[in-house]
Amino acid sequence: MTTTELQSSSGTDRSRKRQRPIARAAAGAPSTWVVLIKIISLGVLDAVVIYAAFILALNEDWVLAAVALVAATLINWIYIRRGSLPAKYLIPGTVFLLIFQMYAIVYSGYVAFTNYGDGHIGSKEAAVEALINKSLTRVPDSPAYPMVVVEQFGQLSFLVTDPDGEALIGGEDRPLQPADADLEGDRAVAVEGYTTLDFAGVLAEQEQLAAMSVPLTDDPNDGALRTPDGSQAFVYSAKMQYDETADAFIDTATGKIYEDTGDGAFVAADGTQLMPGWKIDVGFENFVRAFTEESIRGPLIAVVLWTFVFAGFTVAATFAVGVFLALILNDWRLRFRRTFRVLVILPYAFPVFLSALIWSGMLNPQFGFINQVLFGGAQIPWLTDPILAKFSILMVSLWLGYPYMFLVATGALQSIPEELVEAAKVDGAGPWAVFRRIKLPLLMVSMAPLLIASFAFNFNNFNLIYMLTRGGPQDITTDMNVGATDILITLVYKVAFGETGGRDFGLASAFSIIIFVLVAVISVISFRRTKTLEELN
Amino acid sequence: MSVDTYPATLHTPEVNPRGEKSGRVPKGPSQRRRTARTLAAKYIVVILTSVIAVFPILYIVSASLNPNGSLAGSSGLFTKFSLENYINLFSNPAQPFAAWFMNTLLIGLVTAAGTVLLGGLAAYAFSRMRFSGRRLGLITILLVQMFPQLLAVVAIFLLMKGIGDIFPALGLNTHIGLIMVYLGGALGVNTYLMYGFFNTVPVSIDEAAKLDGAGHSRIFFTIILRLSAPVLAVVGLLSFIATINEFVIASVLLTAPEKKTLAVGLYQFIAQETSANWPVFAAGAVLAALPVVVLFFVLQKYIVSGLTAGSVK
Repeated sequence: MTTTELQSSSGTDRSRKRQRPIARAAAGAPSTWVVLIKIISLGVLDAVVIYAAFILALNEDWVLAAVALVAATLINWIYIRRGSLPAKYLIPGTVFLLIFQMYAIVYSGYVAFTNYGDGHIGSKEAAVEALINKSLTRVPDSPAYPMVVVEQFGQLSFLVTDPDGEALIGGEDRPLQPADADLEGDRAVAVEGYTTLDFAGVLAEQEQLAAMSVPLTDDPNDGALRTPDGSQAFVYSAKMQYDETADAFIDTATGKIYEDTGDGAFVAADGTQLMPGWKIDVGFENFVRAFTEESIRGPLIAVVLWTFVFAGFTVAATFAVGVFLALILNDWRLRFRRTFRVLVILPYAFPVFLSALIWSGMLNPQFGFINQVLFGGAQIPWLTDPILAKFSILMVSLWLGYPYMFLVATGALQSIPEELVEAAKVDGAGPWAVFRRIKLPLLMVSMAPLLIASFAFNFNNFNLIYMLTRGGPQDITTDMNVGATDILITLVYKVAFGETGGRDFGLASAFSIIIFVLVAVISVISFRRTKTLEELN
Repeated sequence: MSVDTYPATLHTPEVNPRGEKSGRVPKGPSQRRRTARTLAAKYIVVILTSVIAVFPILYIVSASLNPNGSLAGSSGLFTKFSLENYINLFSNPAQPFAAWFMNTLLIGLVTAAGTVLLGGLAAYAFSRMRFSGRRLGLITILLVQMFPQLLAVVAIFLLMKGIGDIFPALGLNTHIGLIMVYLGGALGVNTYLMYGFFNTVPVSIDEAAKLDGAGHSRIFFTIILRLSAPVLAVVGLLSFIATINEFVIASVLLTAPEKKTLAVGLYQFIAQETSANWPVFAAGAVLAALPVVVLFFVLQKYIVSGLTAGSVK
């Protein structure tokens, strides 16, 4: 069906339905429910934003808090005042677009310049604290502190009695301080403003209690109290001492010194690193690594080439098959044309991830239907041989993609005026000449933008690759998790969220940026050629 | 519309290809034999393509009904008939298929509705209002859609982690969070489809309604949206199908087994142990595909018009 026909069919709709809406519209000015929805939505938005800004401010994330408040104020202002109608209609979609697409893209750009990933998640302070906590061991022969667990506003604290009989209170990240506690014998059992947990309460919080360590003083190197059971606490001290002035860790047992060398971790002279490290900006290092480190550059170049081959072949092959089928099924002498049409577009109606998974099962070398039944038990490595796996991907991609081209080509062919074809025939043109000289050029005019869109889509056709081969077979010549059929986007996914090896968000984002640049170049070229932008009005 | 009908206005009776009897070129016997041979060749091509197109789908339906199936199943299709796989599909708590199915439907429907609403609002502004930055806005939408969200999956994961720290109900492992991310892609090709369609609704209708005292919101909701039902169906369905197929972001954001979507759940189910899980997977695949295939064929003519709207003039 072509647009013109769609328009005319909706035209009849229009005249039928025309009476009702207008009659209703005459009832009056701004309808109450629109106003109501507006007020409720703004209210919800404001509540959410104010709460978020409050939390962000508590975390001292001033910039984000300010941005959220300013944006919310702006939105309120636009919706409450009269006028600025376009903004009122554009804002809902734009807000989502800005946060989850634009911001995400910009943020990817930022992450690409960091070492963000497993072992480099938080700030340096958090890393120092985690390292000290990790190295806490019980101080031998140190006295036990009798204690009770007290709770205030959902926050747990230790109320301990030190060996001198003094009551002290403290919690996670809150060093011990004197407390004015009620004593029971020589043991502090309650303090004003806090609820003392009974045995059942302690049991319920066991997991959290076991993980708590309460610093003795402001200096974390002095050690901390930990409790195995909620009734006695013991002094633990860190095996790793942090020296703030030298910005280094000293292993108290071996005397080994770990220094901050600017790599986002404490490193000893012999190169051993303390984990966790922290997140730092690494500048262009991820990109430099991608283009110079042989173990990354080799696979990356292969992946980029294969991405282009895959997308290019898919577009060309699906276009050829789709147009060919459309030409054949355009022949009115064929019987059962409707049935055939439904059958050949069936792959398009089936969800892609399922089709790819089904094909991966059918192509399974040992048990798959294709080898077992069609090839009589042969063990053809359809998905495990690098070359054959590429071939299988291309074939399945063709199977998935030709119905779309067929549908579009059918519509385009029918909009070619029959007179042109007839005139050519009268002039003595054969079927091939008619196709080559008349139908194909006209098809290209209408289908060129779709071919570009199809290329861009297949460039990032994650589902097909990942569901069919998971990018495999694995390339064993490199220690990177990359396979023969990986395209760029599956590589990004594996590097960032792969099951094997540490997650490296920084490197993955750098790969994303490479895709961005490639896609941007492709779109600039294609928009230039199709003049899509000029047609906007 | 059906494909068999040619637009009548294009043809004079003499050149109507259907008019076999009035065909002007007389055919000799050899030529007739050649056309017969071409026709036979066309049948062969069409039948072969149909077989290749349908075979995997027949195969999975057959495998889903074969209880003692391994990956290979049996050499013949439909040699056994049993619903055992379907029963197993719903009886294993480690693989909560029913929950996945409902999650997928819910996420798909809400995302589709949200996409239609957000895209429609924006398309209405672009189609009916003239404001500074309008052309820039249209170009931006056109450009942004070249960069699908899955490219920024790392950033989206980190962003949702941050949001989850403030609002656990919207962060990682929540359906609302995933839907919000999907709605970030609502303004895109969909807006374009709707924009194009709204442009074909005569402005005189708006003006008549305005004279009758209708406000802009009433015009949009009760006139424009109703007159554009076909394109809303297309956008809704395309968005629904895209959401059902989405794997990357869903797999990163949803980790709890009972929260997963079909794409994530079924993939991980089959990736664990391909051969042993195959028959049950087959049953799941058939059920998962059913609503999509049915919707597709019910709305087929609208979809085709939507696909070609941008290209065929």
